[in-house]
Amino acid sequence: MTLRSSPLSGSHARTDASLTDFGGWEMPVEFDSIRAEHEAVREAVGKFDVSHMGQVTVSGPDAAALTQRLTTNDVSALDPGEAQYAAITDADGVMLDDTVVYRLPDGVDDDYLFVPNAGHDGEMTERWLTERDDRGLDAAVTNRTEEYAMIAVQGPEAPDLLAAETDVALGDLTRFEVVSGTVAGIESLVARTGYTGERGFEVLCPWSSAETVWGALECQSCGLGARDTLRLEMGFLLSGQDFHPTEDPRTPYEAGIGWTVKLDTEFVGRDALEAVEAEGPDEKLVGIELIDRGVPRHGYEVTTPDGEPIGRVTSGTMSPTLGEPIALGYVSVAHAEPDTAVRVVVRGEPKKARTRSTPFLDR
Amino acid sequence: MSFDVPDDLRYLDTHEWVRATDATAEIGISDFAQDELGDVVFVELPDEGAELTAGEDFGVVESIKAVSDVYAPVSGTVTAVNDRLRDEPELLNEDPYGDGWMLEIDLTDESELDDLLSPADYRDQIE
Repeated sequence: MTLRSSPLSGSHARTDASLTDFGGWEMPVEFDSIRAEHEAVREAVGKFDVSHMGQVTVSGPDAAALTQRLTTNDVSALDPGEAQYAAITDADGVMLDDTVVYRLPDGVDDDYLFVPNAGHDGEMTERWLTERDDRGLDAAVTNRTEEYAMIAVQGPEAPDLLAAETDVALGDLTRFEVVSGTVAGIESLVARTGYTGERGFEVLCPWSSAETVWGALECQSCGLGARDTLRLEMGFLLSGQDFHPTEDPRTPYEAGIGWTVKLDTEFVGRDALEAVEAEGPDEKLVGIELIDRGVPRHGYEVTTPDGEPIGRVTSGTMSPTLGEPIALGYVSVAHAEPDTAVRVVVRGEPKKARTRSTPFLDR
Repeated sequence: MSFDVPDDLRYLDTHEWVRATDATAEIGISDFAQDELGDVVFVELPDEGAELTAGEDFGVVESIKAVSDVYAPVSGTVTAVNDRLRDEPELLNEDPYGDGWMLEIDLTDESELDDLLSPADYRDQIE
């Protein structure tokens, strides 16, 4: 299968970036070093090419109703220029993906935009189209993944860096707000969103102008490696790794994002989730900090100090900021309280660890 | 990109190096290997006295992004372990042929050195 490539692939090829297959896209994993890129974002500013993220627009009289049917959050709460995080669940309440739903600002042609994870854009477009047709709704659903490039600028110095290149009043932009404006002279959408825990923005610009915007934002280029360590320090979920519809089916309650589920709205999976909410999930996603030396990784078993299996690590790394091994993983609720002594089995060796609340980092 | 391949060492195709002096040898991983791995955060090595068998894994190097086994280029008994790597695993990135050495061993069979790659052959492999 041919990998899809970012509109910035030519630009990346002129660097030493190492590339990887991520959700069917060939994307940079590391430009210089994950540690250097990570530190740039925590201490100054870095930019990420996240053009692998999907963009699907929904417009027309029933755009809100359709999007409400297929996402767990309350779409009616969005005013133009506002965005919200949500889960996309099946009838059993199992998460198929997580997404940000934007109600686009006035003056933009489309009404709503949602951003599925890499490789999910086709499937989600189909899902919206099928639901629309089944319910006889009046909405246009368009997969614009290869019309929009997406560039994230993140870090304490991100506002200053971006301010020099945009006519958007960034200071007025609150979290999860989106406005239209120019970046490096290119008509774009600028959202105060991100995946790092730092102040920052995501710029959606036309595919063909990606190089102009990317080039104008002069700062450390960051790959998927740093994106992963940064989000993990914040306890943010990675679709397909911390939950997966078939390999590791999870409800939003198990995954710790029950706050995105609005049971007073109508959506696919609502009834199943109401039952889960009433009974409480059997397992919960927790933060895990290793006390012994070692690095927790996806799939490692979590046990009690006596060796009784209680769950598994879904994501883990050596935290560049904390210098400590950290992980996310599901454990049975009896062991999910913060500060519970557990073991993570690293290559057959049980390593001392404890559960803890996330984020691992105060931000 | 060009990688350092010192002329006085011999190499295994899995990117380990050997610096042999008579019947003892130092072992580590190559500049190419450390670059492929990226920021090394954890190194697991055998204790002194452990027996290595040529071609078998003897330790693990973990970077932020990957876990990699390390293979013994030659057989022997471990006589010294670089304890600095415990708290400074980044030495593998900074100085893979110097301060980032891993083990010193007494060779079981010096003729095994002949099975390893010359610097020129190893350079061909990674370029």
